Amino acid sequence: MSVTLCILAILILGGAGAAMALPRLIHCALALALSMAGLAGLYLQMNAQFVGFAQALVYIGAVAILIVFAILLTGGEGTAEVGRFYGSWRMGVGIALGVLGVLGLAVLSSRALAGQAVPVPEAQVREIGDLLMTDYVLALEVIGLLLTAALLGAVILAMPSASARTGSATHPAKDQDA
Amino acid sequence: MTPLQICLLISSLLFAIGLAGALTRRNAIIVLMGIELMLNAGNLNFIAFWRFGPNPEALTGIMFVIFSIGIAAAEAAVGLALIIALYRHYKTTDLDQINSMKG
Repeated sequence: MSVTLCILAILILGGAGAAMALPRLIHCALALALSMAGLAGLYLQMNAQFVGFAQALVYIGAVAILIVFAILLTGGEGTAEVGRFYGSWRMGVGIALGVLGVLGLAVLSSRALAGQAVPVPEAQVREIGDLLMTDYVLALEVIGLLLTAALLGAVILAMPSASARTGSATHPAKDQDA
Repeated sequence: MTPLQICLLISSLLFAIGLAGALTRRNAIIVLMGIELMLNAGNLNFIAFWRFGPNPEALTGIMFVIFSIGIAAAEAAVGLALIIALYRHYKTTDLDQINSMKG
């Protein structure tokens, strides 16, 4: 286990643990970004450059910022939460530990994973682009449609409802017109 | 331990941390963050099997992860919009207090 992998694993797991355990929401969001940065580094380390940069762009650039915005809009950034875990948190931790035990046992005892040395693969961006335009073009179209629908759905969900808008007497747009 | 097993163990730990957070935290935003962590554990598995697997020239793992990142972005956007809509209605993001389907 190389030093780089060790550092990246500490970054990923420490960031994830902090994101799930810290009391202040804004610290949780920053710890999540740290964990995602570690994952992007691990992808780069494993020679998957395109995915590493996509991870950095999408997760650190978009999802973490989106979460920070949601925290600010729901007004939970300043105060530490008092009872941040459920009363029955032991059961949740127990389930997670059980899942970890099963997965770890399967990984460690599997003979299919026992290593044969493989050549270091190269994922050229050109090959990825070729595949996206040939074999996976339908999936690409569908995900474009999905992202458009998700964009519209998110805007509609986050907008104030129509009854709330027409019901309020002091509508800012009307005030401006008057 | 082979490098593949180390990667799979890291991803198992990441999944377990995300699951524990999603099951035990009361804040809806943190639950969503736990789900994101679990998704990322899955992505790490795809990349590890692509990198250390017998057929790395097929690029299937890379393709899966690219599409999975796209779907995760859409999921985060819709999930956070739902949380904002919930907050507007209930004035809280504590999942314990959001306990009725109808207003």
